[in-house]
Amino acid sequence: MTPDIILKMHHITKSFPGVLALDNVQFQLEKGEVHVLLGENGAGKSTLVKILSGAYQKTSGEILLFGKKINIKNPKHAMALGISIIYQELNLVSQLSVGENIFLGREPMKSMGVVDFKKLYGDSQKIIDDLEVRIDTHTIVNNLSIAQQQMVEVAKALSLDAKIIIMDEPTSALTEQEIKELFKTINQLKEKGVSIIYISHRLEEIFEIGDRVTVLRDGKYVGTKNIKDISKPELIQMMVKRELNEQFPKQEIKPGDEVLAVEGLSTSKKLKNISFSLFANEVLGIAGLMGSGRTELARAIFGADKITDGKINIKGKPFKSVSPRHSISAGIGYLTEDRKSQGLILDLSLKENIILPSLNNFSRMGVLQTKSEKNVSEKYIKELRIKTPSINQKVMYLSGGNQQKVVISKWLCANVDILIFDEPTRGIDVGSKVEIYQLMNQLIVEGVGIIMISSELPEILGMSDRILIMREGAISGELKKEEATQEKILQYALGA
Amino acid sequence: MDRKEFFIHHGRQFGTLIGLILLIIILWILTPYFLTVSNMLNIAQQTSINAIIAVGMTFVIITAGIDLSVGSILAFAGVVLASVLRAGMPIPVAILAGLGTGMFCGLVNGVLITMGKLPPFISTLGMMSVARGAALMYSQGRPISGFSPSFRFLASGEIFHIPMPVIIMIVVYLVAHFVLTRTKLGRYTYAIGGNEEAALLSGVNVKFYKAMVYGIGGMLSGLAAVILTARLNSAQPIAGMMYELDAIAATVIGGTSLMGGEGTILGTLIGALIMGVLRNGLNILGVSSFIQQIIIGSVIIIAVLVDMALKKQKT
Repeated sequence: MTPDIILKMHHITKSFPGVLALDNVQFQLEKGEVHVLLGENGAGKSTLVKILSGAYQKTSGEILLFGKKINIKNPKHAMALGISIIYQELNLVSQLSVGENIFLGREPMKSMGVVDFKKLYGDSQKIIDDLEVRIDTHTIVNNLSIAQQQMVEVAKALSLDAKIIIMDEPTSALTEQEIKELFKTINQLKEKGVSIIYISHRLEEIFEIGDRVTVLRDGKYVGTKNIKDISKPELIQMMVKRELNEQFPKQEIKPGDEVLAVEGLSTSKKLKNISFSLFANEVLGIAGLMGSGRTELARAIFGADKITDGKINIKGKPFKSVSPRHSISAGIGYLTEDRKSQGLILDLSLKENIILPSLNNFSRMGVLQTKSEKNVSEKYIKELRIKTPSINQKVMYLSGGNQQKVVISKWLCANVDILIFDEPTRGIDVGSKVEIYQLMNQLIVEGVGIIMISSELPEILGMSDRILIMREGAISGELKKEEATQEKILQYALGA
Repeated sequence: MDRKEFFIHHGRQFGTLIGLILLIIILWILTPYFLTVSNMLNIAQQTSINAIIAVGMTFVIITAGIDLSVGSILAFAGVVLASVLRAGMPIPVAILAGLGTGMFCGLVNGVLITMGKLPPFISTLGMMSVARGAALMYSQGRPISGFSPSFRFLASGEIFHIPMPVIIMIVVYLVAHFVLTRTKLGRYTYAIGGNEEAALLSGVNVKFYKAMVYGIGGMLSGLAAVILTARLNSAQPIAGMMYELDAIAATVIGGTSLMGGEGTILGTLIGALIMGVLRNGLNILGVSSFIQQIIIGSVIIIAVLVDMALKKQKT
């Protein structure tokens, strides 16, 4: 008996300005299966499900739902077609009750525009009870646990008569017990004939709940397998198998003295007992999946997040990080992951951005030394080859690569010894990427210690002297440059 | 800065300036008396109080904040100043008391906003009521009047035929322009308003400078109180009602963005002058004060609409 295929996606391509997010991808979904979508950060999983849920429009390709060609216009249209998505950040109105959320925008009405609350709560309670979960539909959503809220989302999808439910990392915020409950619900949904598209990075989970898996890599389709026919190492192989053809001009240099020592660092947000050292003349790569705590680690060291436990030594001296201002004067700089919202002040000029962290050195009695401001900015524009009509150009008008060079200039100008790069080449064209790698080389030659957080494995492998891998707020592994491979990094990152 | 850049950075002020000049020409055609030296000085004098308060407002709005309490602070500072004068203290001491009262109220706003994490709208709305109440309580609801001629000189005096309030206003504008363009405080003011998170991550002591900005705003309300008290020869606890709206209007007409990060002192001066010229001209033309309100309100809305349209074009 051939399985009943309810959804076929062919030749799906999605391009954003300057980026090809999906390149000729295919995907098929059978009735009543749990189909896992797997890939690294940026492999195109989210883009694919967003096309399916109507949040994005495909650039080209074909979608067949129950054999009928469809064009999904918007999220509402997707829901009407029977496709519901449950995002990691749940989409409920937290001040409303469970019942009101389930029927939001589709409230049963009496005459004169009055909501029929009796029917609303009766119907929603029936759906909830069918899922065999115990939630009173009068409860305000705010008072529910994350797991319960997820169930409300599932109930909402069922009330819409969903045939396909997409779950984006549903277990990331759940306890073990809650995960078991969720899997029970997923099995119930399967019995009802609902198909699940399941996005997760947790390999154990995938083997427990999944029927089939489709792997994407760099926006391309790699393959689809039956879960029972494949092993973990084979899966990892599929995720990372790529040719390393990008050029990384890494300078080889002997590491110097220890500049930073972190011991037992913990934060209330995420980090658990993190210890490591950073040496001068070294690039320490930090790999890990999104949400593994890499940015949180950078922010904690930089004094932007509160540290609950642990010690930091800078050049052998104890350092207590209370604010970015203190960290900067202790010699730490931080290039944020998001340049536009955190790294730069877009309304200000190139000069003003470059000088900002070191304004104290460019002012006397609070009065700015405009002459030296100008000289220094011009120096960095020349040295870093920043393309701009003048030092007074607002940085919002610069390209991504040039903006990143402005951020680097900021920290060079502040004379830091420890520089944390968070996703240094995100959204930057290939030519500027190489220039930024060369700048890193120059910095380590000058004795700076660099921490480089990156989601791009080739970049991590190409530029790091040592690699730390983070997983769920802790360090799950350390690799030397010589022994590191994409597979090994991913094994630590996934906990496989 | 070459000429092209100068226009990129100051184009917005030219727009407002052209508006002001057009307004003056129209009023000149309508009534010849309008463009006389004495009337011009008259306008400058009438504008000075709003213009001085608007300087503080410009700082605050550039940090993406707002200050609704400036009018009430003016009244409170005024009665404190008057009582110190009436107690026979020297004029400089009284002036310092007025400025200090204003600055203190402003700093309280600043601390509530930075440490208390209150939205500026709420904090200064509260201060608007508290300072007004304090002024009424302190003065027992009665005006405090009758000062020495040397104090009144601050409003009625002239140097080279230029009225003292105008001289004070010019000095305030020169200093404020310098502070905003050439000092650390000014640079941080723009940085905080442009992107507070990025400023914090660049090592700016956001809390300190934000509180300072509100303190400066309060202090300038105190200075306005000095001029007003000298002019009226009396400090009224109900003085300064709705002054916050005039100051916000002058700032916004002058091109300062309520979203923060953008704005100039020069623009605010032009904004304050546009409001002053409009009021004066409409008065000379005998337009009823009811219609005046409609016209001034419309000008504010049109100025911001034009500003938004220009910005959209630029990006």
